[in-house]
Amino acid sequence: MARLAALTGNNAAAEAIRQIKPDVFAAYPITPQTEMAEEVAQFVADGILDTEYIPVESEHSSMSACIGASLAGARAMTATASCGLAYMWELLPIAASLRSSVVMAVVNRAFNAPLNIHCSHDDSMGARDSGWIQLYSENAQEMYDNLIQAVKIAEDETVRLPVMVCMDGFIISHAVERLLLLEDKKVKNFLGEFKPAYPLLEVNNPVTLGACALPDYYTEHKKQHSEALRHSIDKIMGVANEYAKLSGRSYSLFESYQLADAEYGIVILNSAAGVTKAVVDKLRKEGVKAGLLKIRVYRPFPAAQIVQALKNLKVVAVLERTDSFGGVGSPVFTDISAAFMEASTKEKPLMVNYVYGLGGRDVGLEDIGKVYANLQAINQRGKIEKSFAYLQARE
Amino acid sequence: MKELQGWKDIPIGTAIIEAGSSIKYLTGGWRDNRPEHNKDKCTNCLLCWVYCPEGAIIVKDDQVTGINYDYCKGCGICSAECPPKVKAITMVKEPKLM
Repeated sequence: MARLAALTGNNAAAEAIRQIKPDVFAAYPITPQTEMAEEVAQFVADGILDTEYIPVESEHSSMSACIGASLAGARAMTATASCGLAYMWELLPIAASLRSSVVMAVVNRAFNAPLNIHCSHDDSMGARDSGWIQLYSENAQEMYDNLIQAVKIAEDETVRLPVMVCMDGFIISHAVERLLLLEDKKVKNFLGEFKPAYPLLEVNNPVTLGACALPDYYTEHKKQHSEALRHSIDKIMGVANEYAKLSGRSYSLFESYQLADAEYGIVILNSAAGVTKAVVDKLRKEGVKAGLLKIRVYRPFPAAQIVQALKNLKVVAVLERTDSFGGVGSPVFTDISAAFMEASTKEKPLMVNYVYGLGGRDVGLEDIGKVYANLQAINQRGKIEKSFAYLQARE
Repeated sequence: MKELQGWKDIPIGTAIIEAGSSIKYLTGGWRDNRPEHNKDKCTNCLLCWVYCPEGAIIVKDDQVTGINYDYCKGCGICSAECPPKVKAITMVKEPKLM
């Protein structure tokens, strides 16, 4: 029987980690992830969880330990946020190109300066090109479900790539929610055993990983990694379907909310999708055809599917909790724009990019309501005056 | 020159699954200066053999018989370690390529 629980996002993630039962968990505490790392440590100390908990001296070491453990054949997990993720930067592409199956919980937090411990997506968005799979979670339930699926995806023999699973710092990590947990045994059976491609500790089959590749071979290794990430999209969907049978909760590459006949759409990630849905419901009652596309899988980017979902809308706003400073727009806006450039479709919505919620600034019904009002005004004018703006900055 | 493999043919994750495959990589081409060994001066103390990072000093029956130029990178450690009173190994500039 599924268990109904009231947990914070961090508790829910720790509970998922307990059920996933990693062989190795190497983490360094950092706000707002600390609670999660502490709870996993408590599980181990209490003898509830049989995991080698490595209390490393930094995130650079936590990721290094996880890479080695994963390649040796252990199920390895970690968790971090913000500067912690930045500090393991060097190891991220190594974890990915060595095709490790590390799974990492990322509790999204803003980058300094000025010092801020609250939510922005600067950390995981900055890591988008490191070759990892990235899943985003609206609430504690999704964080829990995504973490379990992430392990299955990462360890699949047709994927073998590390996965980052993200949730919003404080808004989700520290707020108590009601969620459904699976039975321990169900999670165990769902995940099965991890079998690495070339286990490092098999003395009869010695193997070298991460040796030097000069210009004659480096390209081939990267091409191989690139193809693997692009093709992982099928397995991500396959795992989602299997998980739906197990849990009764279905997941896809993104969630479409009132999108099929929508004229005005918002694209958003993580917790702010909740408030957006409330605004969509209100507008629908008033006769405004509002809709939402919430991205779950950001890497690999489901370009064709997103184009298909958005092409018939009149105006779309991509709302992002980060700024790609000096870029055309923030990361998701840039990706969707490129996806439309590449697509053969002639239909295409007018599209704007708003930066919102930086450093944990609350995004309320009025903020999202203002965005949909802007989209309707753009439609009446028939053109965009400013494609990129900060939604909440005081003049 | 052997044919280079394509991205589909190499093992995933940068793995080198053949043990001892570095023997196929002839590093002699890196060499700028070539160590030349003088058998008449050599006392066969084997310090060069101990210090050579590439195992390029050829020893037979406890005698240094020469240098393996397929792998010698020309670092000069053998020449530096050869006792000053012996000086059996001298570094000579490789001829310039056209």
